[in-house]
Amino acid sequence: MELTEFIIKTITILVVFVLTLVIAMYSTWGERKVAGFIQDRMGPNRAGPGGLLQPLADAGKMFFKEDFIPALASKWLFIAGPSLAMLTALLASAVIPFGSTIRYDGVEVVLQGVESNIGILYVFGVVALGVYGIMIGGWASNNKFSLLGAIRAASQNISYEVAMGLSLIAILMMSSSLSLGEIVSQQHGGNWNIFYQPLGFIIFLTCSFAECNRVPFDLPECETELVGGYHTEYGSMKLGFYLFAEYINMFVSSAIISTLYFGGYNYPGMDWVYNQLTASLGSTTGHNIATLIGTGVFFGKALFFIFFYMWVRWTLPRFRYDQLMNLGWKKLIPLAIINIIITGASVLFLKPFITSLLN
Amino acid sequence: MNPTLSFFYFLSFLTVLSALMVILSKNPIHSVLYLILTFFTLSGHYILLNAQFLAAVNIIVYAGAIMVLFLFVIMFLNVKDVHEEAKNSLTKIAAAIVGGTVFVILFGAYRKTIIAPADPNNFDSQVGMIESLGKLLFREYLLPFELASILLLVAMVGAVMLGKREIGERHF
Repeated sequence: MELTEFIIKTITILVVFVLTLVIAMYSTWGERKVAGFIQDRMGPNRAGPGGLLQPLADAGKMFFKEDFIPALASKWLFIAGPSLAMLTALLASAVIPFGSTIRYDGVEVVLQGVESNIGILYVFGVVALGVYGIMIGGWASNNKFSLLGAIRAASQNISYEVAMGLSLIAILMMSSSLSLGEIVSQQHGGNWNIFYQPLGFIIFLTCSFAECNRVPFDLPECETELVGGYHTEYGSMKLGFYLFAEYINMFVSSAIISTLYFGGYNYPGMDWVYNQLTASLGSTTGHNIATLIGTGVFFGKALFFIFFYMWVRWTLPRFRYDQLMNLGWKKLIPLAIINIIITGASVLFLKPFITSLLN
Repeated sequence: MNPTLSFFYFLSFLTVLSALMVILSKNPIHSVLYLILTFFTLSGHYILLNAQFLAAVNIIVYAGAIMVLFLFVIMFLNVKDVHEEAKNSLTKIAAAIVGGTVFVILFGAYRKTIIAPADPNNFDSQVGMIESLGKLLFREYLLPFELASILLLVAMVGAVMLGKREIGERHF
């Protein structure tokens, strides 16, 4: 009994880990294909059918390049920078619920690394740590441009974390739970949070763009001003890790957006599919297949948001740094506070009124 | 030895080691990084005490925000080539006396402390969870909680006032 649960959990964690890496790997290919489509060109099409082997070729190239450390760099911190970036990027997926439960041998196991009652706080903490990889790497390079990139990344992340946390509070007020699994199961049956929190969603989306250092907020690696930003001195697989961590962050933040606002593994007509499957295949197999369909839907939503990131990247120009700070502090934070007040008022007054009208 | 106890010893060893490294390392950046490690190990202790909310908030507030600003300032100041002659022997003696006195006071206080024995039968393991903490904060300790928030608001307004540009001041 204990052992079955343990094995299913281990398999879940391993599969999630591998899927995160594979999705991040193929996001680099997808990014170039989307860029090609938007700019009316082909994108990578030489390595394999449709350029599908391009990520492998890139990884091979990265591994075989010279692993160079500048003479005056702080050696250990120079190595610690990209490692920390990868570590923090991979940590966050531990609490995301990827599906409902798997039934095996009479045991029900949740498709989630850790079911914690502080899930969303954990994610927030890991996001807050994400900036250390960039800061340490930028400082250890002993290069003014790298340092400026690192400083920009730090101030940008701290500024946008405030608005991000405030937009999350509105969600927490509605669901009255910090557990991600609980938040998802409350959105069952088309009750997605996006319908109640459109403003909060827009604030959260903007802040997650800023936290991932993606265009239009990619000031830390702004090549017109800072050469290469915080990874100017990096080459070989250490640079690869930085770029890879960015794609993992994209996937994780897309997964969190779909968990918080788009119902996670819930989809319209879920109960009907569940009843059909359990009626025809039995309560164990049918249940498991229904869960896997939900997981597939979840990954579909996450992939859509990855596409959205790329779409924005190849559509919008970059902000200027003062515009970025003004947007963060003077627009998004007041908007998030207004959103909290509106949500509080609706939960207190509007919700009882509507329920009394309906009954 | 049961796993919790051995984990506790391991964490305590790491905490003391990283706290020592904060004051022993020559480079201020290394000191800050060791301080961050200390916060992590302290969060580990909170989790061992079943206080998950405190652990998460410790990471978010201290490691995630305050230490980033610390690192930020130290990187800008570039304290690496601080003048060695500023630390003459008088400063060292004064520092040693102050540090030693604090140590003696803390040690004496620690020896006199009577730790209330925990009753394993009536102990509520959920006391550190966020639900019970929230109920306690918003019912019994509502006034201190609100007063603390007003204090923070005043501090924030003060910081904004200090940082505000005066009329006629140059844009640099």
